[in-house]
Amino acid sequence: MSFIPNTDADRARMLQAIGVSSTRDLFHDVPEAFRFPRLDLPPALSEQEILSELDQLSRQNADCAARPCFLGAGAYNHFIPAVVDFVVSRSEFATAYTPYQPEISQGTLQAIFEYQSMIARLTGMDVSNASHYDGATATAEAVIMALSVFQRQRSRVVLSAGLHPQYRAVVRTYTQGMGLTFAGDDAISRPPEDLASLCDKNTACVVIQNPDFLGRIAPPAVMKAIAAAVHACGALLVVVANPVSLGLLVPPGEAGADVVAGEGQALGNHLSFGGPSLGFFAFRRDQIRRSSGRIAGETRDRDGRTGYVFTLSTREQHIRREKATSNICTNQSLNALAAAAYMTALGPGGLRQVAELCWHKAHYLADRIRKLPGFTVHAGEFFHEFAVSCPRPVAKINEMLFEKHGIVGGYDLGRDYPELKDAVLLCCTETNTKAQIDELVDALGGSRHG
Amino acid sequence: MEYRFDDKVRYTKTHEWVRVEGAEAVIGISDYAQNKLSDVVFVDLPAEGKAVKKETACMVIESVKAAEEVFAPVSGTVSARNEKLAKGPELVNRDPFGEGWLFRVRLSDPKEADSLMDAASYRKLVETL
Repeated sequence: MSFIPNTDADRARMLQAIGVSSTRDLFHDVPEAFRFPRLDLPPALSEQEILSELDQLSRQNADCAARPCFLGAGAYNHFIPAVVDFVVSRSEFATAYTPYQPEISQGTLQAIFEYQSMIARLTGMDVSNASHYDGATATAEAVIMALSVFQRQRSRVVLSAGLHPQYRAVVRTYTQGMGLTFAGDDAISRPPEDLASLCDKNTACVVIQNPDFLGRIAPPAVMKAIAAAVHACGALLVVVANPVSLGLLVPPGEAGADVVAGEGQALGNHLSFGGPSLGFFAFRRDQIRRSSGRIAGETRDRDGRTGYVFTLSTREQHIRREKATSNICTNQSLNALAAAAYMTALGPGGLRQVAELCWHKAHYLADRIRKLPGFTVHAGEFFHEFAVSCPRPVAKINEMLFEKHGIVGGYDLGRDYPELKDAVLLCCTETNTKAQIDELVDALGGSRHG
Repeated sequence: MEYRFDDKVRYTKTHEWVRVEGAEAVIGISDYAQNKLSDVVFVDLPAEGKAVKKETACMVIESVKAAEEVFAPVSGTVSARNEKLAKGPELVNRDPFGEGWLFRVRLSDPKEADSLMDAASYRKLVETL
C-alpha cells in the first residue's frame, strides 16, 4: 500500500497553487543529464537467488567471530552473553519509540533508569544521562556542558593528545563557530600532568582520556593531582574512560572528575561494522541543569507505587529551544539497554573478571613481543592496549598477518600521530585465546623475512 | 485574580521589576509573572561580572511547566546574585519583591530606569491581560 496520502487531484491542486504544471517542473534546477538518469541495473533476481548472492558477499567479511582480532582503538571485541541479545530483541524494547508518555512506557523508562544507575556507579559519579550517540559525541557534549557552566564566558579548551583522535575531531566540529581556542593535543609525548599547566582562568575544561588512546593508564594519584590543578583554575575535568577498564581501575569520579564520558560499545554491544554505538555521560549533581541529553527518574504515583518518568525536561531543546545547553533530545536506548543487560548479566565481579582477563592477556602479548628483535613495546602502565614500534610499515605487517595467517592486526598509529610512524596499537580482550596470541607473536617474529 | 504590586520599583512590559539603589539596581520578576510561571524549580542566574543589556535576555527561570527568559530591565554589569535561590527557588513565588530578588547590577546609566512603568501603569497593563 502507498503511504503517501495525497491523491492525484490533491497534487494537481497543489501544483496549480504554486504555478507549475507538473511535478517534473519542480526539478528544472537540476541539470538535465542528472535529472532522471537511466540506472544500469542487472535483471531482477528471485528471493532465493538474491539471498544466495548476499550470503556469498557476506563471506568476504573478516568478522571477529571467525578470526583472531587484535584491533581495538575505540571499538572492542568482547564476548556478549546470549541473554543480552535476547533482552534487546524483545519486541517491547525493539519496537518502542520515544517514551514521551510515561504511562505506557514504564518498561523502557525503567530500563533507562537501571542503565543510568549502573553507569553512575561504574564511573563514580552522581548522575548519568540516558546516553548519547557514541564516545565522540558524548565527549563533545561534555565540552559544551563545561562551556555552558561558565555561560560561555570561558573560551579555552584543553585536550589531551591521548584523547581518541576522532573524538578530538568531533569536539572541534561540534564547537566550530563558537570562537574557542584549543590547546594540549599538539604532542603525544606530553605527559597528562602537563595539561594542568595549560589551564588558565579562561579555560572551561580539560579533557583527558584514561586509559588513553595508546592504552596507557594515568594512576589515581596523577589523576587526583590533575583534578586539583584544574579545579584551582576553576575549570572542569572531563575524563573519557573505557567502561570495561572501570571493572578494575579506580572510578574517575573518585579521582576528581566532573564529567565522565566515553564509548559504551564494549558493554554488550556488537562491533557491527562501527555502529550504532553508545555514548555514556555521567556528571556531578550540581551540574545537572547544564547537562545534555535526557534523564529518566524514579518517582511515586499518587498511590505510592514506584514509577519512572523523563525528568528535568525543561533543560532540553524541545522546551528550551535555542537556549538549551545541547541540541540532543534523543538517546541510544537499545544500545543502552544492551549495556544494562550486559552489566546485569556480569555483575561487578564478572566485569572485574573481564577486565582482568583483558589486562592479563594484553600483558602476556606485550611480554612475548618484547622478546622479538626489531619490535619495541612502548613504556608505561597499560590496560588492554599498547603501542609497539615495528621494524616495517604497519600496513605491510597487517597485510602479511591477514593474508598469510587470517589475523586482524592492530591499529596503525602513524595515521594519526606522525611521530608514531611504524607503530601499531595492539589490543587483547577476553576473546583472544593464548593460542591466538602465540600465533600472532610467531607471525610477527617471522615477518622480517615475510 | 488579585496580584501584589510594589510601589517602590519600576516595571517592564515583560514583567521584570527594578529598584534603583544609588549606582546599583536590584532586579526581579513581578508577582504576576511568578503566578503565571507557577512553581519555580530552578533559577539560572547570570554570572557575576556579566554585562547585561536592556531588553535582552540575560537568564532563565524554570518552573514545573515552562522555562522562561528574563530580560534585563536596564543595562549594566552583574554585581551580585541571590545565591539563596539555588537551594530555595520557591522564594521567587513566595516573595517576588523581597527575598525572591534575582540579581543586582552596577548601572551603565542610573537614569535608564526612569523611563520604565511605575506601579500604577504596570497595574493597568496587568489588568488588560
